[in-house]
Amino acid sequence: MIHFNKETFDKTLAEGKLMMVDFWAEWCGPCQMLGPVIESLAEKYEGRAVIGKVNTDEEPDLAMSFQISGIPTVIFFKDGKEIDRLVGVMPPDAFIQVLEQNL
Amino acid sequence: MIYDILILGSGPAGLAAAIAARGRDKSVLVIGNPWQDSPLARAERVDNYPGLPGRTGLELLEELFRHAQALGTEFAVGRVLSLLAWNGFSLTAGSQAYQGKALVLAPGVVRQAKYPGEAEYLGRGVSYCATCDGMLYRNRPVTVVGLAPDAPQEANYLKNLGCQVVYVSPLRPDGLDGDIPCVQAGKLAVKGEQTVTGLEADGALLPCAGVFILRRAVAPTDLLPALEMEEGLIRVDRRMATNIPGVFAAGDCTGGPLQVSKAVGEGHVAALSACEYLDANP
Repeated sequence: MIHFNKETFDKTLAEGKLMMVDFWAEWCGPCQMLGPVIESLAEKYEGRAVIGKVNTDEEPDLAMSFQISGIPTVIFFKDGKEIDRLVGVMPPDAFIQVLEQNL
Repeated sequence: MIYDILILGSGPAGLAAAIAARGRDKSVLVIGNPWQDSPLARAERVDNYPGLPGRTGLELLEELFRHAQALGTEFAVGRVLSLLAWNGFSLTAGSQAYQGKALVLAPGVVRQAKYPGEAEYLGRGVSYCATCDGMLYRNRPVTVVGLAPDAPQEANYLKNLGCQVVYVSPLRPDGLDGDIPCVQAGKLAVKGEQTVTGLEADGALLPCAGVFILRRAVAPTDLLPALEMEEGLIRVDRRMATNIPGVFAAGDCTGGPLQVSKAVGEGHVAALSACEYLDANP
């Protein structure tokens, strides 16, 4: 599980791999609920997709540039571009579906 | 703390479920609006509750609440906004998260259709929780659609964060900060381009970056998309089990008659089934 800052995020994005990024914050109850789901997926997809998190309080510029207006928001990237986003708490299957379609 | 049983809803079905589950010594958390807000509280006289004729709805509710409380039920007041069925159940009310091993749904009838544009812009400017997402709208214009008793407090909270708040509701509510303008409108639509740009209220556009739609409750199917429904009602069997293992339902959400005795009976059965589930899946 990677905790991105602006620099590591931009570097990883430029590599063009399949990415799944959870935008979250400490004070957000639903984010805490989703945290373990994201962690389990990071383990499951290790080596196949880059799965990480962005703390929107620590990285407001990243949150702003992707127009995050509700958290948790999970954004998927491939070839450096956003390909999908899921907003709110969801079961692992919802994320797995998008990952599997784009592997 | 991981509760044995989470009960969503503090009406007669939820309270009866709590009483039955405490009778089996399970730890129980009831989450919902204040029990006084149940539609039953407005019934002036209930004459068909067996053995206790002539009570007001409020009296019946209070006795149910006191009974559940005396048996050691824990209560949390708040709107459940998200629910996750994974490694047991977790749900959030406001910014607080709770966990349990089994779930009883007893939210009553959640009517209210969605507004045009609401689902499309959810998470792109539409939010159901001021205390969760307010910080993301600091110093920006927002509208609050007030459909719940605590909506004025949420609007005041947003104003204190520095949001420019416009409140939309059929009537100006008590408790709303005097500096917050209230637009009286009924026909609403969320407008946007990628993200929310405004709320249309009876034909007039209120430009804003965020629309907070604050209802009394979120519909069970929005919380648990996998939940099987039948003509708008939660589908249950005789054990009050839904199609999702560990999830039971009781009361008005499963269908009529919308009567206290029926809700209480179903709550009781749902809780006993949840106890059986827990004993089989320790």
